[in-house]
Amino acid sequence: MSEELVLEFQVRGLDFAAVGEASGGIKRALQQVGMEASVVRRAAVCAFEVETNIVIHATRGVVRARISPERVVVEAEDEGPGIPDLELAMQEGYSTAPAYIREMGFGAGMGFANMKRCSDHMEVWSEVGKGTRVRLLIEVGKP
Amino acid sequence: MYLRDVQRILKAEVLCGEDLLDREVVAGFGCDLISDSLFFATPGTLLLTGLTHLQVIRAAELMEFCGVVFVRGKRPAESVIDVARQKRMPLLLTRYLMFDSCGLLYQAGLRGCRAGEQR
Repeated sequence: MSEELVLEFQVRGLDFAAVGEASGGIKRALQQVGMEASVVRRAAVCAFEVETNIVIHATRGVVRARISPERVVVEAEDEGPGIPDLELAMQEGYSTAPAYIREMGFGAGMGFANMKRCSDHMEVWSEVGKGTRVRLLIEVGKP
Repeated sequence: MYLRDVQRILKAEVLCGEDLLDREVVAGFGCDLISDSLFFATPGTLLLTGLTHLQVIRAAELMEFCGVVFVRGKRPAESVIDVARQKRMPLLLTRYLMFDSCGLLYQAGLRGCRAGEQR
């Protein structure tokens, strides 16, 4: 079994100034290990979206990247309100973000759509009142 | 097209990245939604936006955009410009509205990102 590099970033709710730190860190690490550019970009978008979701909706959370030569897995776990209707949340354009967050250019209901588009496999678990977990698989060498 | 051409066409003020105006502009994308810029835009894209906060710079860096044009005379805070300078992300400011800015660049030959071309 090949070696796995694991990176982990703590993300705080409503800390908009920090948006991009976790995803930027993951992107730099992927570039440093020589990952192909399309995988780097897809993983960076996935990480940016899960990171932004934690900042917008949760109290706190973790963004993790598991990097191996065959795949990159981006994971997010948060403590927060959870998602009552996952099917609805997956619809493009659906968002529960308040107006002031939308005015910042976030919360347009494109987050899950972006994650789905940029990953080869997406899993989301959520419990109302507890939090949400997202796992995004990006396979290396897949167009 | 190069950033220097964009600056001339949009009569733009260069907020930072004077030394980077020889960068090639591969495509243009105008929006005020960060997720949309991640969804549609490809590396080398010029982002035109009315959003002036720090996350725009972070997203632009993450997606390897060639630069950002703030439309409608929107001016970001000095702290935002400082981060862009550190990240070597050129920032331009034009008084033209979004529609006119995109139209002028299109007229000069720049084309948009082809949606769905890359994932």
